[in-house]
Amino acid sequence: MSVIDDSRPIFLQIAELIENDIVSGEIREESQVPSTNEFAAYHRINPATAAKGVNLLVESGILYKKRGIGMFVSTGARAQLLATRRKEFQHQYIAPLAREARKLGITGAELTVMITQSLSTEEPEGRGIR
Amino acid sequence: MNENMTPAIEVRNLVKSYKDVEALDDITLSLAANRIYGLLGRNGAGKTTLMSILTGQGYATSGQALIFGTNPYEHDETLSRICFIRESQRYPDDFTATQAFKAAAMFFKNWDHELAQRLCTEFALPLKRRIKKLSRGQLSAVGVVIGMASRAEITFFDEPYLGLDAVARQIFYDRLIEDYAQHPRTIVLSSHLIDEIANLLEHVVVIDKGKIMLDEDAETLRGSAVAVMGNAQKVADFIDGYEVLHRDALGSLAAVTIKARLTETQRQMAAELGLELSAVPLQQLVVRTTLAEATKETTPDSLEALK
Repeated sequence: MSVIDDSRPIFLQIAELIENDIVSGEIREESQVPSTNEFAAYHRINPATAAKGVNLLVESGILYKKRGIGMFVSTGARAQLLATRRKEFQHQYIAPLAREARKLGITGAELTVMITQSLSTEEPEGRGIR
Repeated sequence: MNENMTPAIEVRNLVKSYKDVEALDDITLSLAANRIYGLLGRNGAGKTTLMSILTGQGYATSGQALIFGTNPYEHDETLSRICFIRESQRYPDDFTATQAFKAAAMFFKNWDHELAQRLCTEFALPLKRRIKKLSRGQLSAVGVVIGMASRAEITFFDEPYLGLDAVARQIFYDRLIEDYAQHPRTIVLSSHLIDEIANLLEHVVVIDKGKIMLDEDAETLRGSAVAVMGNAQKVADFIDGYEVLHRDALGSLAAVTIKARLTETQRQMAAELGLELSAVPLQQLVVRTTLAEATKETTPDSLEALK
């Protein structure tokens, strides 16, 4: 099954998949990322769309081009992504969590216990794009 | 890719009338070179008629159809730049697949023999059997091989998959992406199996009853509509002011597809109201758009009645 869904433009999803792999450490800084044609073939998407996703990351400084060789992850890219994601964390994860907890009548104290438990048992996510 | 280049395909006010029907009703289109287009629509919408005119196999009642700025009709130089694979492509009766490929290789100057051979192996195509003895799927495979290996500057595939099973269709799509990435060219895919090809398309054109219903970049379309489900009253309040593409109701529940790109705040609001939001795949979007437009035109009141 494809990891690409219909909810958003594909180029954004491609950019996000690459970001995920940088954040998880799957792709290291200064290492090469697959070419846009490889992304296109792997995800079965239009090559122009794949290129648009990669270019988005070049514009934001996450990736850089080495002429005639390919795309590489910039030094500091992971820290940059982590900073952005931390900012979005409350909004993206805590707010919906709190909403659902309220709906189910879970108290703040109960929620704290659950989160503490999950933090100590859950495996860190390490899913790759390839 | 130079955006200022002559469009690969340019159509201006194209009309094709038969005795009592307008197969093409004032169509205007401009398709830039080196992209993969989806030409979508129902049976009898006018897709094949349009492609026939664009490939010089038919002529228009009025209006213009230009290929790289030239009318292709009886214009050999332009025709040699186009490959048109029809749904039921015909070949000379006693030809084998090998002979059909030899003929194609003489006609198309960019013909890639190795690509043709590789595809034949993947499709397990019997090369020495006469084409008229081939199965429906094998016949389609011959068309796909010619369409791909011709590497024509513009290639039209008109429902090329009849009889091809899911595995063979996937081979076609995968090889198309690979080969297009290496050798960019203009590809027009006409298909009913929209879900299968949605992610391959860069631009989508939808025709219905001889008219253009949609002419948009695929990425712009993606996420341009959303289905809202839940309590009918809450749904009605939430979607107020948006263009409705489709409505379903079940008792106190409603599911409504609206044309909207929701903000994060709106999504949260929906969640707080207990409404479910879901993505609308391209296929649904095409179906909804086509049907909504058709309803609007024939009975303008019917949409009002639904409100």
